[in-house]
Amino acid sequence: MAGASLMDTLFQRSLEDLIKGMRQQLIGEPAFISKAMEEIRREIKSTDLSTKSTALLKLSYLSSLHFHDMSFADFHALEVLSSPRFAHKMIAYHAISLSFHDATPVLLLITNHLRKDLTSTNEYEVSLSLQCLSKIANVDLARDLTPEIFTLLSTSKVCVRKKAIGVVLRVFWKYPDAVRVCFKRLVENLENSDPQMVSAVVGVFCELASKDPRSYLPLAPEFYRILVDSRNNWVLIKVLKIFARLAPLEPRLAEKVVEPICDHMRRTVAKSLLFECVRTIVNSLSEYESAVKLAVVKIQEFLLDDDPNLKYLGLRALSTVAEKHLWAVLENKEIVIKSLSDVDPNIKVESLRLVMKMVSESNVAEISRVLLNYALKSGPEFCNKILASILSTCSRNVYEIIVDFDWYASLLGEMSRIPHCQKGEEIENQLIDIGMRVKDVRPKLAHVCRGLLIDPALLGNQFLHRILSAAAWVSGEYVEFSRNPFELVEALLQPRTILLLPAIRAIYIQSAFKVLTFCLHTYLLQNKGTTFSSWSDTLLPGVLSSDFYESLADLSVGNGPSVTVTPGHVSPSSLERNDLSYEYIVNMLNLVELAFGPLSGSNDVEIQDRAQNVLGFIDLIREKVLNSSVQKGNVSEGKDVEVADIVELMHHAFSEELGPVSISAQERVPLPDGLILKENLVDLEAICGDIGLPSSNSFPFESTSYKEEVGNSLSNLEIKEGLEQLNESTSLLAEHRKRHGLYYLPSDKSETISNDYPLANDPMSQDNATDDTNDLLKLAEQSFVPRRKSSHTKPRPVVVKLDNGDEIPIASRKSEPKDDSLSDAVRDVLLGSEAIIRTSSQSNLSDKPPNKRKGKEKQHRDIHEELKENLVDDRNPSSRRSRHRRHGKERRQRSPRKKNAEEGGDNGQKEKQKSSHPHGRHRQRADEPSNVAGQTSEVPDFLL
Amino acid sequence: MGIRFVLMVNKQGQTRLAQYYEWLTLEERRALEGEIVRKCLARTEQQCSFVEHRNYKIVYRRYASLFFLVGVDNDENELAILEFIHLLVETMDRHFGNVCELDIMFHLEKAHFMLEEMVMNGCIVETSKANILAPIQLMDKTS
Repeated sequence: MAGASLMDTLFQRSLEDLIKGMRQQLIGEPAFISKAMEEIRREIKSTDLSTKSTALLKLSYLSSLHFHDMSFADFHALEVLSSPRFAHKMIAYHAISLSFHDATPVLLLITNHLRKDLTSTNEYEVSLSLQCLSKIANVDLARDLTPEIFTLLSTSKVCVRKKAIGVVLRVFWKYPDAVRVCFKRLVENLENSDPQMVSAVVGVFCELASKDPRSYLPLAPEFYRILVDSRNNWVLIKVLKIFARLAPLEPRLAEKVVEPICDHMRRTVAKSLLFECVRTIVNSLSEYESAVKLAVVKIQEFLLDDDPNLKYLGLRALSTVAEKHLWAVLENKEIVIKSLSDVDPNIKVESLRLVMKMVSESNVAEISRVLLNYALKSGPEFCNKILASILSTCSRNVYEIIVDFDWYASLLGEMSRIPHCQKGEEIENQLIDIGMRVKDVRPKLAHVCRGLLIDPALLGNQFLHRILSAAAWVSGEYVEFSRNPFELVEALLQPRTILLLPAIRAIYIQSAFKVLTFCLHTYLLQNKGTTFSSWSDTLLPGVLSSDFYESLADLSVGNGPSVTVTPGHVSPSSLERNDLSYEYIVNMLNLVELAFGPLSGSNDVEIQDRAQNVLGFIDLIREKVLNSSVQKGNVSEGKDVEVADIVELMHHAFSEELGPVSISAQERVPLPDGLILKENLVDLEAICGDIGLPSSNSFPFESTSYKEEVGNSLSNLEIKEGLEQLNESTSLLAEHRKRHGLYYLPSDKSETISNDYPLANDPMSQDNATDDTNDLLKLAEQSFVPRRKSSHTKPRPVVVKLDNGDEIPIASRKSEPKDDSLSDAVRDVLLGSEAIIRTSSQSNLSDKPPNKRKGKEKQHRDIHEELKENLVDDRNPSSRRSRHRRHGKERRQRSPRKKNAEEGGDNGQKEKQKSSHPHGRHRQRADEPSNVAGQTSEVPDFLL
Repeated sequence: MGIRFVLMVNKQGQTRLAQYYEWLTLEERRALEGEIVRKCLARTEQQCSFVEHRNYKIVYRRYASLFFLVGVDNDENELAILEFIHLLVETMDRHFGNVCELDIMFHLEKAHFMLEEMVMNGCIVETSKANILAPIQLMDKTS
């Protein structure tokens, strides 16, 4: 064995050999590596540290670049670490920082190694162990090594101190109590004149402040000094990041820093610093008009630059500005729109985002038009991004910006026909949603949906199936607006529907049923000679005499044009009309029967069930309808009555209008007597076992999804299904509505508004062929000119909104950022813990301005308010006492190990503290807190 | 934590250096590197150097055959990271003299060492080339 070890040592391949070997290997890389791994596994067991360390080095290499597990060598790494040679240590530390993590078992064993190296006289060893600690420190390591790090924070060796500062961040995260020990020293380093030190410490504070900015407000003066004095761009960027977090918390601070930031913006040549200034202004100081103006000028420079990086960042910055200063986007609209055709997809997406921000009521039509044309020419990915942003922008806030819903309905139809369109689900939802919300759009919507339904080509694209299901539902629901129901039935039953999913086919069947019922109803009404529905006027004899079964086979597209309305053709004689309608009805019944026959044996229950229902219904009435028609012309009332009743009933069931249901409707149903709702569902949990119960905070979302389901055609159909199957249920429903009328929307809400919409502009008439950039530029010239509202000739139709139903109820305000132990510790050190204690004593709150107090019920708020209050108070000589009391507290917390020594001076002897302490050591320590307090009290001075 | 990882990848997509500032398992790293390399290497010179990936940004820059990819938090300054990459390259250039892929391959531990001098816990702690190289030069001299 010893021989083998010696052989290993003598003939061991170095890392270089390994890499060279790998480049020249002929056996394939995996085979080569597994051979090398075998070697390493053997070598690493060697007792010779050189051999071991070389093996470890090779292993680190393979692990880092070829993803080989090296956890088996964890203990060996520790052994190498104990080597007295620096080169070995380096290898070991590298391996450890690569492979160790919180769950590594041997992590426990490293503490002493690290401690030894942290206290080493060799600064490079100290550096190595600090670097390693910054990667692997867990709670135990952070706790155990805090004293060493505390010492290193004030070492005279710059390169060590810098790293000690760096490591503090990890130590604080893992072990917040370390803050009480180290924070003071960290702050001292902020005042250091050495730029290296400042650079490191500012980085740490930047990270700390990003987690919990409020705790670091008291340090604002230090940061301000750096902001004004430092000439190091790296440091300035970090300080700006800190101020970006602090400024929103403290308006006086914002006012103070805005000018220096603008100075930097004017002066600097470094783009990174310039960009950071711009970003700070637009993110956190956007209420300072002049600063924003300057920032926008700089953004413009970025946008005009040839460098795509600057352009991208400029666009990003612009979209941040847009939140509050839309003018900045409008000023740069040409560049933004040109960027839509950039070569870089990232830039395109950004500019799309910006374009959508410019959309308003007055230009939504034009922008959507141009974007849609642009989408047609784009690749699938960008095309769908465009569609998604149009859909989401237009539907925002219950279609806030849409005035012309007819236009929007045809836009949705047009979107569906874009070949790359994959937004089926969203379009489906919106088609149904606007149908339910906007009564006036229904005729147009029915027209659009008819167009989608009768196009057999659309059935081939599975992304559109969801849209088709919406179209089918709309056609069935709003069949009264259809010009030719027969054509609809044909479209709904066309053979290619076999391509659809069963659930969608079921909707098709149901819609066909609705159309059939509607036709029968109208027919019967006609026969009675009571009313004539508008569509029967428009039926053409030609259509009726054509062979329907043939047209069923060759798909009904051809029928479209022949059906166009020509009222003149229709004979005035009511007898003749009845005659035609009779054939019409018979044909329709035959068609439905023929198409549904096979479906009644379908494997899918949804389809089978529905088809059976329809066939049953036809069976029921067919005889009567045919009989009555044998004696066409002289219809005997008696025979018809029964049929009429049935049809009437069905028609009723279907003509109940479905409105959106308020999500809080359920809650408003009073609790019936005798029903005990258990608050605690623990019993249920026992029964349900591992079935996850919805957590309490998911209820708002539950109800949202319920609301959405109302928009979902399937559930609607299910409701209807129920109605149709239980005949009594219609009356039950009516009764229910009568009783709980308040929970339903009044369906006649929009009846006062006239229905005489002119048709939206035919989208196809637009010139699609023009070059897209020209198009876009034209858009830039035209669309963004703010228009007078008067340009709208027609009033916006009523959009049904529920009083509170459309907003998702937020169960509770998002709680303030959790006050974790780290920020607590920091706050304790910076402000003393008294502020938190004081919150409980309400008497202190009385001196606050009342408007500040109002509505701030949360206790965290109180704490923060208190903190601010304390800062202000500290200027007040009368509060000196309390300040000193805090110092006492603070000291006690900061140096727990010295607590005993302090107890005497601290024990309620506040008066004594005021006077200078005779005890030398004590005084020295007393300086520390007063130093901190100095900063604490400085803040308000500085801020004012 | 500012910087989350630094990768150096060659044109063929092979990783030449990987330094993570948060613990990821081997599988996570393999997946991440695969995704990022696919995303970034497909981009052209005319496109910008920033790519959004999962919940962070990747700032990358190409030097000859080597891509330097740095994953950063969303509020990190992209341009500063580009400067950081440049600084890293310059530092390696000064040490190796006209640095190339092979230098990094054969002296991976040195490249790591330089990086560790520059970045701790994802924060940039040192930006002076002389300071970064001082320890490594000393080590070269003594060994």
